[in-house]
Amino acid sequence: MNETIAADWHCVAKIDEVLEDEPKAVQIGNDYIALYKIDDRFYATDDICTHEFASLAEGFVDGDCIECPLHAGKFHIPTGKAMAAPVTEDIRTYPVKVEGGEIFVNMAKP
Amino acid sequence: MTESETFIVIGAGQAGGRAVEAMRACGFTGRIQLLGAESHLPYERPPLSKKLLTGEVGPQTTYLHDQAFYDDQGIELRLGTDAVAIDRKARTLELSRGETLHYDKLLLTTGARVRRLSIPGATLPGVHYLRNMDDCLAIRERLSEGARLVVIGGGFIGLEAAAAARARGCAVTILEAASLVLNRVAAPEIGRFYEQLHRANGVDICTRVKVLEFTGDGRIEAVVCEGGVTCPADFVIVGVGVEAETKLASDADLDVDNGIVVDHHGRSSDDRIFAAGDVTNHPNEALGRRLRLESWQNAQNQAIAVARVMCGGSEPYRELPWFWSDQYGLNLQMVGLPEDWDQIVMRGDMAAQKFTAFYLRDRLVIGANAVNSPRELRFARMLMEQGARPDPASLADPNIPLKSLLVG
Repeated sequence: MNETIAADWHCVAKIDEVLEDEPKAVQIGNDYIALYKIDDRFYATDDICTHEFASLAEGFVDGDCIECPLHAGKFHIPTGKAMAAPVTEDIRTYPVKVEGGEIFVNMAKP
Repeated sequence: MTESETFIVIGAGQAGGRAVEAMRACGFTGRIQLLGAESHLPYERPPLSKKLLTGEVGPQTTYLHDQAFYDDQGIELRLGTDAVAIDRKARTLELSRGETLHYDKLLLTTGARVRRLSIPGATLPGVHYLRNMDDCLAIRERLSEGARLVVIGGGFIGLEAAAAARARGCAVTILEAASLVLNRVAAPEIGRFYEQLHRANGVDICTRVKVLEFTGDGRIEAVVCEGGVTCPADFVIVGVGVEAETKLASDADLDVDNGIVVDHHGRSSDDRIFAAGDVTNHPNEALGRRLRLESWQNAQNQAIAVARVMCGGSEPYRELPWFWSDQYGLNLQMVGLPEDWDQIVMRGDMAAQKFTAFYLRDRLVIGANAVNSPRELRFARMLMEQGARPDPASLADPNIPLKSLLVG
């Protein structure tokens, strides 16, 4: 039985477009989201660093953290928690699900 | 470590600001006092030659934290306060208004001051240096369409200031004494790339220039150089380097040599006095030498590491030097401080302004400069940390991922 995809779930990429060590930036409306793959699971956070204007998707995945390419600030990908200076403000994370080989991100406001 | 201990940090810049934050994060519950000569809350300097200078952002964006943070953390901030002398025996600090403070441990994060030219006309109004917030705001007022700026010095301060001034429509000339800009910090290939970039953006760069004097009636009007060359100027920015602010340390007979001499824990020649940031002469294990590093990374990370040691930790500060510069929308990142390289390997496309230059010595990667390629630079750093000797042809081949060149 097919589950109805609620309007808050947005299909953003195919699963083979996001690689371990190579996050992908996608745009949903006016929002920029970074997609990550860690140990066969997918995650999503805001793409723009909370410190300065930089795309986290262009950064470096270190374990389960993303290092911002501009100043090497770190966020924990699954929780969005700011882990290392200079980032102090957590990054927003979004629920992710995979269906039919595609990645969906839930943009509903909490 | 007892509740009754007092840590005093002298110098409320980035290093001082990060240090006190780290002390509380370590669980230190004693008294923390942060003294600073400037009137501003601790702030980061990099935006002062970039977005703060162009006016894209305001001063508050550079502050590490607002006042409330320091209040909440129980950190006593004393801005606009000068420390005059350290009495190491009594463990006291004398302030400029005669007040005396007691310390159990002291951290010196007094940074650096600009090197000033002493040529005729050097004190004419309109001759600016760029180090602190007030310098930046004063220069910002002068950046307007058609204003003629002469920049003395083709290092990062000079180049970034020039780029910011061009963004605001100034007519800009850079005068550099050496044969290439960035010659002290990068290979000629990179210096040439940046010269081309600036020229393409309308900057006039003159190298091998010796500046003799500034002339003008009540205000700067021209820069006179050897060989009879005169550059008209409405204002001048001088960026010819800095010197460590070590007076407090040397007056107190601490070891000083191009900075306050510290070990890899940031400890000075006095067991209870530490130092971090621009002011320190510290050992760098990766480079196998001592150095004084003028970088955002060192100001932040050495300060955090040393604060942790002051709170009882034992991790030495050990990082590969890393630096960045933003000019005309191009992001340059540099890792390492290469000397004596015997080969430069280019990866990427210089014409497309997206490339990485690897510095090799005997096939060992000893440094990298990356333009608009931050992830490549991250891998370059890992190659260096591993002491890797990758095949140069593979380094240069964009189809071979750098990740595959890592050992193991």
